[in-house]
Amino acid sequence: MAKIQIKNLRKEFGDFTAVEASSFTIEDGEFFMLLGPSGCGKTTTLRMIAGLELPTSGEVVIDGEDVSQMPASQRDIAFVFQMFALYPHLNVRKNISYPLHSQGMSRVEIERKVADVSATLEIEDLLEKPVSGLSGGDRQRVALGRAIVRNPKCFLMDEPLGALDAEFREHMSDELLRLHNKMKATTVYVTHDQLEAMQMGDKIVVMNHGVIEQFGTPQQIYNTPKTMFVADFIGSPPMNFLNFQAKLKIGTTKIKLGNQTVDVPELYQETSGNTVFGVRPEHVRFTDNTGYRGIVTATEYLGTNQLVTLDTANGEIKARISSSQKATVGETVGLGFESQKITLFDGKSGSALRSALNNDGANNG
Amino acid sequence: MSKSSISEPTRGFKWIAAILVAFYSLVTIMPLLWIVATGFKSSADSIAYPPKITFQPSLEGYVNLFTTQTRQTKEFMAANPPKNWYEEIVHSKGMVIAGPSRFGERFLNSTIIGFGSTFLSVLLGTMAAYAFSRFRVPLKDDLLFFILSTRMMPPIAVAIPIFLMFRAVGLSDTHAGMILLYTAVNLSLSVWLLKGFIDEIPREYEEAALIDGYTRFQAFYKVVLPQAATGIASTAIFCLIFAWNEYAFAVLLTSGTAQTAPPFIPTIIGVAGQDWPAMAAGATIFLLPVMVFTILLRRHLLRGITFGAVRK
Repeated sequence: MAKIQIKNLRKEFGDFTAVEASSFTIEDGEFFMLLGPSGCGKTTTLRMIAGLELPTSGEVVIDGEDVSQMPASQRDIAFVFQMFALYPHLNVRKNISYPLHSQGMSRVEIERKVADVSATLEIEDLLEKPVSGLSGGDRQRVALGRAIVRNPKCFLMDEPLGALDAEFREHMSDELLRLHNKMKATTVYVTHDQLEAMQMGDKIVVMNHGVIEQFGTPQQIYNTPKTMFVADFIGSPPMNFLNFQAKLKIGTTKIKLGNQTVDVPELYQETSGNTVFGVRPEHVRFTDNTGYRGIVTATEYLGTNQLVTLDTANGEIKARISSSQKATVGETVGLGFESQKITLFDGKSGSALRSALNNDGANNG
Repeated sequence: MSKSSISEPTRGFKWIAAILVAFYSLVTIMPLLWIVATGFKSSADSIAYPPKITFQPSLEGYVNLFTTQTRQTKEFMAANPPKNWYEEIVHSKGMVIAGPSRFGERFLNSTIIGFGSTFLSVLLGTMAAYAFSRFRVPLKDDLLFFILSTRMMPPIAVAIPIFLMFRAVGLSDTHAGMILLYTAVNLSLSVWLLKGFIDEIPREYEEAALIDGYTRFQAFYKVVLPQAATGIASTAIFCLIFAWNEYAFAVLLTSGTAQTAPPFIPTIIGVAGQDWPAMAAGATIFLLPVMVFTILLRRHLLRGITFGAVRK
């Protein structure tokens, strides 16, 4: 298994820059997520790690060896495609054993490995079937079988659950995680589903327009987003943004929001002009001890809790509160915020202002 | 009680459809049946008026097709009685067999040139189509249009320049020349057809093979080719039909060694009057290879024609 280092990796297609100088490190055995909206360059990055695209510049280092200009066949990696890409003219057994044949492995050895893998994935009874008749989940298992059978340095997966229906997806993601925990294999996983990334990933890279917005653990990315894009992309519903004008000095702990004073984590950076107050819905409370008010415009009942949409002087805000709390449309309520969970953003650049909350230095993008 | 549905045709409709298809088949197959029948008629029956539907079958046409014959004196005929069934047929007309005709040779030429050019067209076509489909070829669209444009005029329009060129480089009346010519004419069709088929094959299959440790060529050979079998089969049939049936260039560019069957069959007219049974026999035999080839590849051809119509 392997450590993968990405150094200043860049890819251009003609005039279009798909990936801008990206750098990050994937530690040995990590389940690593490349997350972003479609067209953000995450798949291109994965394909460059695989050797299916050659980078315009920069390096891909696998286990200390620079493989950036090496063909895919020499990199000893496995790739799971979104549409599985099982060879349609071969049956399940031949699909799984296909990568072994290219290594010139003996028949007996191949037989043994295929048996091992199919036992792990519980697909022994499918081995002689043609792949065309398989269900989505079984195709997925066969694709995984083809990937793990030759013990590659790492697994690269391009939205492997994207083609499955929602119900089955949950099940397969559990299965994938179990497999990962068993094999401890370095895995790079591309997805546009933030929930999937948060659930499964040890580390996440969030990309947008070919640029890495943030790199860190799911907790870091959720709690201390580096940019408004990350704050908006991660979480469902996303972080609330309230716009206000301010001139803030280093050491500020209170800001003026709609004529009310609100506590924020101590600022380590000064700013002026258009500023954005970012708060997660679960950090918004209904309270009578505040002058900051909002009018309830909608409620969504979600079982144990509910989502309440409110109109405030600084824009719309969503609050996730207990279902037992009363919220009636049209009612005006006081709003309080969990002050130590607030992130302030520079309204122009969209990047988070350094503060006591996010200045731990552990999540440099 | 029968219920009618929108998607399922009614019984009556099915019958009407079947009758129409049967009638159409009969109309189209009639000339073909007539040719086959004529091949088995005697000379007299073949020109009888009104035309004979039933007749005493005879292999005279086939014997005439494969032999050359001369008239001999009664004494010679009496001294050399027929040794087998075909000599007997010839004897009964007061003739003897002088030797084999050139039909066998011409038929062989057709086979070499037809299948040779088909093989080359499909081979080169597949590789070119793969390159156009998968790689960033400079000026790709212009090149593809240029390839297509070679079909925009009838090939025979350039017959005279080609004739002069062939004569200048010594390709006139050679197998190589004819194979080259038919390959050149078929190649544009083959590239375009096959590009369509290969475009439909997801790249992921090859990429999976590349990841699995195979080279680009191995991926092409082991993964793309089996997937493109349908397209290759239908392209091969189209190429073979053209090369096999081509008449105008064959008349112009071949006369002896490399002459194919199409220009040869009509020359039978001049040899012994209008020998319709022999010509019909020639046409019948000539039809067989393409028929067999098409039947062998029929499964692929049917899939090929509807390819891409339904998402797999």
